[in-house]
Amino acid sequence: MNKTSRWLEDRLPVWRDVAAKLDAVERGRAAAPDDVVKVIGAYPEIARDLAVARREAPRGPLTRRLEQIYLELHRSIFRSPSNWRRDLAWLFVRDAAEIAGSLRWHIVWVTALFFASASAGAWLINQYPELVGLFASEAMIEQVQSGRLWTEGLLNVVPSSLLAVQIFTNNIIVSLFAVVVGIFYGLGTVYIIGMNGMMLGAVFSYTAQHGLAERLFEFVAAHGFVELSVIMVAGACGVSLGEALARPGRETRLQAFQRASMRAAKLMVVCCTFLVGAGLIEGYVSPNPAYSLAMRLYIGIGYLALFVIVLSGALGRLPRRAE
Amino acid sequence: MYSIGRARSSRAPRAASLGAGAATILGARSRRTAPPRMEATLKIPSVTGIDVELRIAGPGGRSYAFIIDWHIRVLAALAWMITSAFLYSGSIDAIGSADANPFDVGLIVVLPAAVIYLLYHPVLEVLMRGRTPGKRMAGVRIVKRDGGVPGIGPLLVRNLFRLVDSLPFLYIVGLVTTMLTKQCVRIGDIAAGTLLVYDQGDADAFDNAPSRGGVERLGLERAELVRDLIARWPELRQEARAELARRLLEREGAVPEGLGDDELRERLEQLLR
Repeated sequence: MNKTSRWLEDRLPVWRDVAAKLDAVERGRAAAPDDVVKVIGAYPEIARDLAVARREAPRGPLTRRLEQIYLELHRSIFRSPSNWRRDLAWLFVRDAAEIAGSLRWHIVWVTALFFASASAGAWLINQYPELVGLFASEAMIEQVQSGRLWTEGLLNVVPSSLLAVQIFTNNIIVSLFAVVVGIFYGLGTVYIIGMNGMMLGAVFSYTAQHGLAERLFEFVAAHGFVELSVIMVAGACGVSLGEALARPGRETRLQAFQRASMRAAKLMVVCCTFLVGAGLIEGYVSPNPAYSLAMRLYIGIGYLALFVIVLSGALGRLPRRAE
Repeated sequence: MYSIGRARSSRAPRAASLGAGAATILGARSRRTAPPRMEATLKIPSVTGIDVELRIAGPGGRSYAFIIDWHIRVLAALAWMITSAFLYSGSIDAIGSADANPFDVGLIVVLPAAVIYLLYHPVLEVLMRGRTPGKRMAGVRIVKRDGGVPGIGPLLVRNLFRLVDSLPFLYIVGLVTTMLTKQCVRIGDIAAGTLLVYDQGDADAFDNAPSRGGVERLGLERAELVRDLIARWPELRQEARAELARRLLEREGAVPEGLGDDELRERLEQLLR
């Protein structure tokens, strides 16, 4: 028996065993501690075997399979520990606040842009009401002209559940889109924020001309604060992507862009969760005439306060105060 | 540190060769038929000093995986729509009929199908640790730039940027980006710091390892080559497999002239005994 065949015969059972144990370890909870120890111990052995296999058959299937196992071992041993439940909790309690804090000036500027655009939209429609067709559909305009808001009787047309799902799905997509178009050096985000601001200002101005602005405010009071706030935060994330590309600072453009993307994604997980809540409010509370304005404001401002508490990091400070 | 490079690869066309190893062993004629080409690779160093190189999937491999996944998610969404419509009203036609309650149809039939279609990639990539059924079939997987399995964060970022990569339609932006970048990545991969690489191992390699006799007679490399040729015998064209078999037998001192297809295969099997 020559050396190679003896080596192969000796090592094949070991490789099979390591592959099976590695599979069990990667699958998670079922792995016994002994198996984990054996898998870690096998790492240098497999490295040695791989070196031999490369010498004997550099591109053969055995070598490729050993490379695969070796790589899996490498990944398994050197990956950072993760606990998604804890990470998710920390995201809401601590990380989102840190990210929002680092984006505070972006949020301020995007908010300023939004309100400037809203003012511009309101002024435009105030001066030239015939241009409202740029911002609202024909059906909406006709309803406002007849003295009714398009939101009235909405529950007779669509049930709350479906309405809520439609709304939060749409809002989530718009917010995420506002973030990712920031890749065009932030200009895409600026455009979306500007257009949304103009639309809001124009619609409020037009309804005000027909004496319906208060009713529109009553409709949006419960859900609008958080919805608008999320759009501001999404805009800030998008602008930060553009900034990372335009002026990456000490990092490379790639590093800055990746860091900004990861930061934006984390913050948007929190924001999208709040959008689901806002969608439910918009589906169940806003179109329901049973809720008074005071009640709507109570819900809207309360929900906004919760959003601010999360993004300010107050949740993370609570346990420390308790200690 | 990991590094991304271009490795010279001399892979012969699939029908006429058994891969890079065959081209090296069989000599100049195979190399003439398969000109060397540059292939993007990801080199992963380790503390043991034994580095591993992974082949980065190009636009072709990526598109292949995507098309399979697209079919799966469309079929899954359609299957849900048909099944739920049937369970809801006892007939598929009822969805479009005037009697059907549009709200129920929306909530029970359309919405879950949309969820299946839209969340297919993010959910499966997280659950399958950088793979999807389509990627598995295409033999590719998502890895971080250090070769590791990406976590939930990078996978979500990668999927978030599908909104840009899919612009203006049919993933044109993503496809063009994969063609223009050295690592063949779309914008989502750039943002998430991920790559698509080929999974290069064959799970059955240990079970199909050549016998002791074959290794003693031929050495490990040639024994594997012969075993591989036998395994792929039915897939190869008759002329191609006959030529490969003759050359291998000639190298072992056999005289394969005048042997038929079955006899050539029998001789190869004898070499491994």
